[in-house]
Order: sequence, then structure tokens, then C-alpha cells
Amino acid sequence: MYVAVKGGEAAIDAAHQLLAEARRGDPGVPELSCAQIDQQLALAVDRVMAEGALYDRGLAALAIKQARGDLIEAIFLLRAYRTTLPRLAVSEPVDTAAMTIERRISATFKDLPGGQVLGPTFDYTHRLLDMGLADDAPRGEAAARRPSRASEADAGSMPRVTDILSDEALLETERDPGGPISDLTRDPPSYPAPRDARLQALARGDEGFLLALGYATQRGYGWTHPFAAEIRMGWAAVEIVPEELGFGVEIGDIQLTECQMVNQFKGGDGKPPQFTRGYGLTFGHGERKAMSMALVDRALRAHELGETTDAPTRDQEFVLSHCDNVEASGFTQHLKLPHYVDFQAELNLIRTLRADFDRNAAPPDAAEAPAEPETAA
Amino acid sequence: MSRIAALPLLEVEGLTKRFGARIALRDVSFELWPGEVLAIVGESGSGKTTLLNAIAGRVAPDAGRVLYRALDGAVADLVTLSEAERRRLLRTDLGLVHQNPRDGLRLAVSAGANIGERLMAAGARHYGAIRARALDWLARVEIDPARIDDMPATFSGGMQQRLQIARNLVSDPRVVLMDEPTGGLDVSVQARLLDLLRDLVAEIGVAVVLVTHDLGVARLLAHRLLVMQQGRVIESGLTDQVLDDPQHAYTQLLVSSVLQL
Amino acid sequence: MTVTPPSETLAGYSFAYLDEQTKRMIRRALLKAVAIPGYQVPFASREMPLPYGWGTGGIQVTAAVIGRDDVLKVIDQGSDDTTNAVSIRKFFARTAGVRTTDRTTEATVIQTRHRVPETKLQAGQIMVYQVPIPEPLRWLEARETETRKMHALADYGGMYVKLYEDIAHAGRITTAYDYPVMVNHRYLMRPSPIPRFDNPKLDRSPALQLFGAGREKRIYALPPYTPVKSLDFADHPFSIERWDERCAICGAGDSFLDEIVTDDRGGRRFVCSDTDYCSGRVAAGHRA
Repeated sequence: MYVAVKGGEAAIDAAHQLLAEARRGDPGVPELSCAQIDQQLALAVDRVMAEGALYDRGLAALAIKQARGDLIEAIFLLRAYRTTLPRLAVSEPVDTAAMTIERRISATFKDLPGGQVLGPTFDYTHRLLDMGLADDAPRGEAAARRPSRASEADAGSMPRVTDILSDEALLETERDPGGPISDLTRDPPSYPAPRDARLQALARGDEGFLLALGYATQRGYGWTHPFAAEIRMGWAAVEIVPEELGFGVEIGDIQLTECQMVNQFKGGDGKPPQFTRGYGLTFGHGERKAMSMALVDRALRAHELGETTDAPTRDQEFVLSHCDNVEASGFTQHLKLPHYVDFQAELNLIRTLRADFDRNAAPPDAAEAPAEPETAA
Repeated sequence: MSRIAALPLLEVEGLTKRFGARIALRDVSFELWPGEVLAIVGESGSGKTTLLNAIAGRVAPDAGRVLYRALDGAVADLVTLSEAERRRLLRTDLGLVHQNPRDGLRLAVSAGANIGERLMAAGARHYGAIRARALDWLARVEIDPARIDDMPATFSGGMQQRLQIARNLVSDPRVVLMDEPTGGLDVSVQARLLDLLRDLVAEIGVAVVLVTHDLGVARLLAHRLLVMQQGRVIESGLTDQVLDDPQHAYTQLLVSSVLQL
Repeated sequence: MTVTPPSETLAGYSFAYLDEQTKRMIRRALLKAVAIPGYQVPFASREMPLPYGWGTGGIQVTAAVIGRDDVLKVIDQGSDDTTNAVSIRKFFARTAGVRTTDRTTEATVIQTRHRVPETKLQAGQIMVYQVPIPEPLRWLEARETETRKMHALADYGGMYVKLYEDIAHAGRITTAYDYPVMVNHRYLMRPSPIPRFDNPKLDRSPALQLFGAGREKRIYALPPYTPVKSLDFADHPFSIERWDERCAICGAGDSFLDEIVTDDRGGRRFVCSDTDYCSGRVAAGHRA
């Protein structure tokens, strides 16, 4: 007699045990510490904070450790944790003009007030594997002198390029439409989505997806003639205004990367010729993400700027429905779940259809005329 | 003709449309009566297609009204109608035949499904009956009924156009808007299509607003004619009268430009 | 005893994981859904510790309606023992401390993926369905803005066009699961990927049926005794699957059967997909 398979729960427990062992790897190799991840895989931590939509280096490092280095899995861990956190306040808009600058470049001007500050960047390295890094011997580098507090001294001499252009009225001004800010963690998305909701979705959107879309705009899918007016990375203060106090209180500093793209606009429909903008912002140091976000932000403004919206890069529903890697990963991988009941239903159907097909194709008796092909009735 | 025929089916009043600085329609007004074919003629850029799109609700005019009188006598302004109502009308009382039949067909489903769709949207739930109506209409537009399960992509341009017409007429519409229905077709195919249209329209009694740059098409199909130039109606009247005795200088130019073969 | 007592609850977490504000938000969406049977209500789905696509919608709905005195059953493909059912049941045992059970008759809340239990549901029971794609017109129209209009206008002609095409080309309707239904004579609805075998169970069920799509952020519902009709043509009526075989364990001839491959020479066995139904029949003395 056939006995049904049982034991799913025990199998899962065994799988978790195997996972724990795989996560640890060879016990002879020293255990990775969260501090090491935070310091020496800092850009991974930055990405996990940005797409996990939670600024906490320690938790992001822990997520990366627990996820065995799978960053999308780590992002998922952080997002799930975020769901459990109570919301205490909404901050004032961060003033990136007052940033303590680690890095600040502009492609639109050769020199500008405050200068081109290169900061720590891969940009001018030659991508040659440094075999010397393979041994773990200390190299005697000076202790990091990374700034971690916003300082007034720097801010005044580093005006934003976009403010310089606005003075000449050549750059469109961003207007605050007023009213409550959309919150995509509280309201389900509806289309067409307002710009604040779009930027929120892009800020936590998958870097690879936005990179591909931004790249596509440069290759003709929703061309926007972009220039990198400014990319700045550094530390900015976060301020809240508690109701009881009625004035602003700084609660800490966070590291941000901001990218402002300017794009050509020839004018039309009563509007003057001027530059239009694309905006990108990310936690930590994430230039590729901030730049991609700015390109896609501008592309999604096509409708309000009277441009054709046929390219997928300009299609709000397409971009915003698919940019969240937690959703994308979940649904793609859900195909691993058992689907045998639906498959059984499909099997039944295919067998029935096949029987119909074979019956119609069966060779006729020698004595009879060939049967008429059965038309659907 | 019944007493309802004493009232116009469609009353267009003061329709105006600008695209930026360019004025596409200037204060266009006309009436359409049950069972009549009204041709709107003019050269490219005269505004005739914009006019059709404005009536169909595919483009929002800057000023004016499009009053439609339903069978029960109720009058609605198509310009200010809710989208829900407009879409319902476009599936039942109104028809829209696009110049390119691919714009007016579902290319991914069979000819039979294309014709049956309006019926199914209106609640038809008997497969055999829907199929029978589709077969009937294929015959009426002179498409071989054996092609009922074929995809429109396998049809010639002329056949696709006739399929589009069947898809619209199956719901017994009272007004059909046609945009250059014979445009892009070979001359002999055009002639056959025009004959078919003339017979169908006379048989069913549907009213038609027909946009065309071809005066020969207007002569063959239309009872009345509007001549447009630069967004304005510059002359109107019975087709034969306007074409045989044009009053406006532009109409005279149009008529004299037509090759006589 | 068939009801499992609650295990150690997760310290520091809200009852059933979600905070009270979120539960309130979900319940408001559920009330709207119940008021308009079959209509998809948007809701602000939260990230859960299980991935999107793996039942987060169902989990959020269950978390919003479950109480301390409820008894929870979780099935996937009809079985309590498949990996995801085990995982979800454990999740609620840990975060809500509720009693769990395998028996349909003892459950007050049943969360399911892809099957409806064979045992008829009773008034007072709640069925929670996990939904991957809530929109029945999504195959026809990718844009949400357009499909919302189609529902508002009851513009369902396209759905019937698909059924017409099936019959024209294959002689029959070729949808095997997630078969579209008309709810309360008004809204077109997807019942989630249950086989069409299960569709008749939805019609005028005494139970409250709730549907959650977490990733797509939609909730919909069938209040008790709501008419639910599977789409068909008058001359091509809706029909369900039938087997020649019976269950190899309990001998049932009226349940949905899973096909088990037993060897590499084409050997096959058929057993009830609903493991509780099967074991109940065995306990009552039925055999193959």
C-alpha cells in the first residue's frame, strides 16, 4: 500500500542546520566580525542600507554576515527588520548644501567655488588586481581620518552647482507643491505617481535595474542629454522638530551621496529654454546608484515635460513596479515553491487536448472517405 | 422615416482645438442626421482628422460641444461625458474605423473573436450564437467564412479593413466615424470596398462621418459634404451641388485639381 | 490530541508580528473588500520575514484577523506538511502563540496556497488565500491604470474573447487553474491558483473567504453565501477535472488527486492532495 511522504518539518530543521554550517564555512578560518564588514566592505554596507531603506551600519553589517554576502538577501533582512520599528518622527529635509564634504566633483565646470575635491574614489585607479592585498599582513596605512561630524567651516565655500546655474535662471527651479509628502511605506502605489513617491521608490530601488535603465537612456531609449552637474558625498545633519519644543534638534549625522544631473530642454508650450534636472540620493557612498537614479528620475518626468513616453525608461508603471529587488527576488524565486497541484491540473488538460488532437489525426479506415477535420463547435 | 428622424443624431457646436501656437480647429459646427453619410474633405493639415478625433473623444477640444442624441431621446455632450460612459458608447452606439486597420483590430485573436468582441462585451454568452453572427458578418463584408479562426495578420490590407468594419457594425451602431477607410489600399481594392460600404450603409441605415482627401470617395458615398481648410469649414452642402458647382475659391481649386480619368 | 499548543512566543514582537497600526490598516482594507465582494482593495503591504511571492499577503491578512483563541491550520498544495505550510505555521506559532491544527474541522482560521479543503467549510470559519497575481485581466492588459478602468466599467469583453479563442482553437476552455469567476454578478475575480476542481467550493460558501496579495498590494473578499460563478458559455459550460483512478490510500473517488511517480518505468500512484481529508477517511475505516 502506498504511504504518503511526511517529514517536511524535520527536513527544514536539517536544512537550517546545514545553512548555519555553510555560513560559518571552514571553522579553521577566523570568524568574520561585523566591524570588519563595516570597515573593509563599507560599500557593501552602504548599498544594503540604501536599498534596505534603513540607516544603521551595524545592522547592515550583521545582515551581510547572516546572508553570507548575498546583498539582496541582506537587504531583505534589513527591510523585514524595518517593518518592526516604530516611527518616532519625520525629519526636516536634509540640507545637502551644508554637507561636510569628503568628495565633490562637477563635470559641467572645470573649476568652481570650493574646487574639485576628489576624495576616496576608484575613478582614477587602474583596475589591476593588487596581489599584495592577498596576504592579510597589516600595511601600516594611517588611521582613517574620515570626517564624521558636519562642520560649518567647509559648507560655506561649497555652493551647489545647481544653485550657481539657478542664479542665471537657466535651471528650472524645483517648487515644493505643498501638502503632505507621499509615503510609499504607508500608501499603496497608484499611477500616475507624484514625484516624491517616485523618488522614494527609486531611492530604495535595485542598483542593477536602475543602472541598466540609466544606461538605456544614454543609448537612445528615452534620451535626455545629461550632464553631471554635481556629485557630492559627505556627512549631513538630520534634524527633527519635536512638537513639545517647537524648534529643531539635531539627532545625528548620516553619510549621503547626492547626484544632480542637468538635462537639455529646448522650451515649448510657453516655457523658456532652460536646463531640467534629475536627482539622485543614496545612503553612504553610492555614486553609481545616485547617478543611475538621477538619470531615471529625469526620464520619468517625460510626461510633465511634454516628451513622448514610448520608451520603457519613461514608463512609470514599468519602472516603479519592477525596481524593488525584495519584491522581484521574492516572486522570481517563489517558482521554487511546490506547484504540483496546478501542474497536475495542467497535465490533465494537456492530456485531454492531446487525446482530442490524436483522435482527429488518426488515419481513416481504408473503406471510408477521410474524416473532415473537426472544427471547433 | 420615424418621428425621431426629425432631430439630428449629432450636433457639433463651435469645436476649437489648438496644438501650441497652431490652431487645428476653428469654431467648427455641423449636424448629422440619422442614416446620412457626411463627408469631410480637405487636404492634409486641414483639420479633418483632428475633427474626427475630437468627436470620438480621443482628443479633448479647447472649446465647443458634441451633442449625441441616443435612441431614447436623451442628449449627452460627448466632450464632457465621463470616460466610463464614453467608452460604453464607443462599444455600442458609436463605431470608429481607423485608417490603418491594425489600429482598430485585436491582432492577437482570430477574425471571429474580433467580430464577436462587442457582442461578448454586451453580454452575449452563447458561443455557437456568437460564432454564427461572426460567420454572417464575414459573409456580409465578403470575407471567406472559412477564415473565421485565422489571425488578422494573415489577411490582406483590404480584408483587414473589411474585418474592422464588421467589428464595428456588429453592434448595430447609429453613428460610425471613418478616417480615410480606403487610404493605403490598391485602387481596385478601394473600389470594391467603396461598393461594399455604400451597400452596407444603405441597407443598415447607419449614419456615417467620413473623413477623406479623395473627392471621388466623397462623391460615391456621401449625401452631404463639408470642405475644410486650415481648421475651418469653408463650404458645405449636398455632395453633388458642392462638387458640380463649388462656390468658395478653395473648393473650386480642389475640384479642378481632381484628375479626370 | 490534534490541536498543538502554542510554543514559546517571540519576545519583543507584537502579537502576530505586525504592529497594531498596520493591523488596523489591513482590517480597514478587509472591511472595504467585504463590502464590495470581488473588488481589489489596494493596501500598504509591509515587508514580512518571508519573501514576497511566498505568501506575505495571506500572512498579513491572517495576522490582522487572528486572535488568541483562534486555532490555525496552514496548507500548501492541500497538505499541512509541505515546506512552506510548515514555515508559515511555525511563524504564527512563534509570533502569535496560537494553537495550530491539521484538522479542517477544528480550525477557525485556515490559510491556504493553491487548494480549498475537501471538507466543507462551516459558518464562522475564515479561509485566507495566498494570491500571486490578483488581476484577472493582467494577461490582457499590463497597465494597472487601464485594468482599474475596465473593472469600473465592468468592461469584461476581453475575458470572454479569450474563452472564445480557446474554444475556437482547442475545442474547449483551456484554463486549468486560477480560473476566473464572476462575483455577486458584478466583479471579475481571480480565485488564486486553485485548480478549477475547487471553484465550485467558493460559491455561496458559509465561510468568510479573504484573499491577500502582498507583493501586488491588493486585498479582496467573498463574504459568506456570496454567489460565485465560473465564466463559461451557455453551450460550453464550466466543468471540473475527473480521474479514472481513486486514492491509493483511502479509496476516495471525489477528491483532487496528486499524481506520484513511483518508478522510472511510468509507474504512477494517485493520492488525495488534501492530506487531512485522506487521513480522516482512513481513521473512519476507508481503504483503497
